[in-house]
Amino acid sequence: MTTLIVNGDSRTIEASPDTPLLYVLRDELGLNAAKFGCGLGQCGACTVIVDGKAVFSCVTPVMVLEGRTVTTLEGIGSRDAPGPMQRAFIAEQAAQCGYCIPGMMMRAQALLNRDPHATDESIEAELQPHLCRCGTHMRILRAIRRAAEEMRPKTVEARTAR
Amino acid sequence: MKLRFVLLALLAIGTFGGTAALLYAWESSIAPIDPRSLGALDRAVVRRGASLALLGDCATCHTAPGGPPYAGGLAMPTPFGTIYSTNITPDPETGIGRWSEQAFIRALRSGVDREGRHLYPAFPYDHFTRVSDDDTKALYAFFMSLDPVKSSAPPNELPFPLNVRLTLAGWKLLFLRRARFVADPSKDEKWNRGKYLVDGLGHCGACHSPRNLLGAEMKSAGFAGGEAEGWRAYALGRGSLSPVAWDEAALADYLARGSHPLHGTAQGPMANVVDNLSHVDPADVGAMAHYLASLGKGEGRNDAERAASGPGRFSQAAGAQAATPAIPSEPGGAIYATVCASCHDGDRPLPLGGLRLDLSTAVADATPVNLINLVVRGIPAAAGASAHPIMPGFGDVLDDRQVSDLASYLRTRFAGKQQWDGLTKAVAEARGGR
Repeated sequence: MTTLIVNGDSRTIEASPDTPLLYVLRDELGLNAAKFGCGLGQCGACTVIVDGKAVFSCVTPVMVLEGRTVTTLEGIGSRDAPGPMQRAFIAEQAAQCGYCIPGMMMRAQALLNRDPHATDESIEAELQPHLCRCGTHMRILRAIRRAAEEMRPKTVEARTAR
Repeated sequence: MKLRFVLLALLAIGTFGGTAALLYAWESSIAPIDPRSLGALDRAVVRRGASLALLGDCATCHTAPGGPPYAGGLAMPTPFGTIYSTNITPDPETGIGRWSEQAFIRALRSGVDREGRHLYPAFPYDHFTRVSDDDTKALYAFFMSLDPVKSSAPPNELPFPLNVRLTLAGWKLLFLRRARFVADPSKDEKWNRGKYLVDGLGHCGACHSPRNLLGAEMKSAGFAGGEAEGWRAYALGRGSLSPVAWDEAALADYLARGSHPLHGTAQGPMANVVDNLSHVDPADVGAMAHYLASLGKGEGRNDAERAASGPGRFSQAAGAQAATPAIPSEPGGAIYATVCASCHDGDRPLPLGGLRLDLSTAVADATPVNLINLVVRGIPAAAGASAHPIMPGFGDVLDDRQVSDLASYLRTRFAGKQQWDGLTKAVAEARGGR
């Protein structure tokens, strides 16, 4: 039995300890934002945040995460109350088929939490592990820049503007 | 009276000695040229120089991350401080545009720049001194044919007295043997070609040999294994710790393609080397493999035993997605079984199947550095290479303790060797450097 803190709640996981986090999130906890893409940690569709870092949930057995904090896309906003990252992706219409987008948003969120002033270059470098077949890359980058602006503490913004 | 005499004598000796040393260390400036005076370069020579530059791995050090090739600026951490590579494009102000052929040849052979300043041996002139006249001139033609890039490297960060370049004359007196390569008539042409490339331009020993306290290669321990940019450069030849003995065919394959099914994948600085070698004349790579194979075999099993050890012989279940056996109670074993085994202990073909870890030199080697780097960083996909191994990095999933537990388990189970000293420290260092 594994215990995880998922989107702020302590959850006891029934699945066998070698089960990938992705299956636990989707099948046991009903959190379907993270997607199965390649199953090899190569496409990024399954990305969630663990202790502040973006990880591939498809190649991460829950056993190695005992007691750690997991944040999924459901943890940074909902349909009724989307978070800044989600609002930015909607505003820029950055999704086409949308399959890769939850993973992209989670890695971008982890980056901006760590570095609210991430440069375009560091955003591009950070998103390197993510594949998108539809080709909305430019919109995705715009959305992340927009989210960064919105997430930056406004007081800091005002101070630097002066 | 007597004391004064002794002091005066000492002062005289000191002055004389100092002057002699200065005269020895002093190198003259070579007159600058007007780059336009070179005229048209022979295209065949330039092409040959381009191939030689790949064999010499020049771009790897003389290119900053994301910067234009050969424009320098890469920070090279050494045990003595940080050295920045120089711009070797023909820009007249910041590159080698004003260097004559003679100045270029002196730099490669004596480690002195056009203005007469000694160069640090991070630039492997102790190897390049062996390169032939023709090849050195072809390299000059190639570099002068490049588009000039205006770019100055940041100043080196070295403590006194190492920041005084004249001290390098002493280093050279001790460690630099200026001499061209001389073929061994008792060996065939291929062997001699291979040795010429390996010891000269290829400067393999610069990473694969240990260095002494003054940073010079230990000739007595040539190819006994060394260190490069946070990675271990494995011992070659008789000192090799590869579980499967290297032969000429495997070496040729590995150097040309960057991986071998029984040995794994070149990573770290070696990834650049094999990437470069994939673009040069296969006959030259073959000659290097031929010479390296002649250095002897290490502790690895022989060819006959190899046949039984193709990838994917552990798991019996064909096509099994994840034939995970019972999870061991030992922490490292549990991590292997749940995180690693589905790829490393199954029947999947490349790129999905990983190297069986009883074949892994990283697990069998004298230090855990490469194993830790691989677990933490993974193996990035190589552009355009569909059968190239891939592996996600687990550095953001596993904490220091877990990486250490895993490495320790792999060492015992797959190499059957004594535990590494200082494993925990090595894990912390490898991760701190990220």
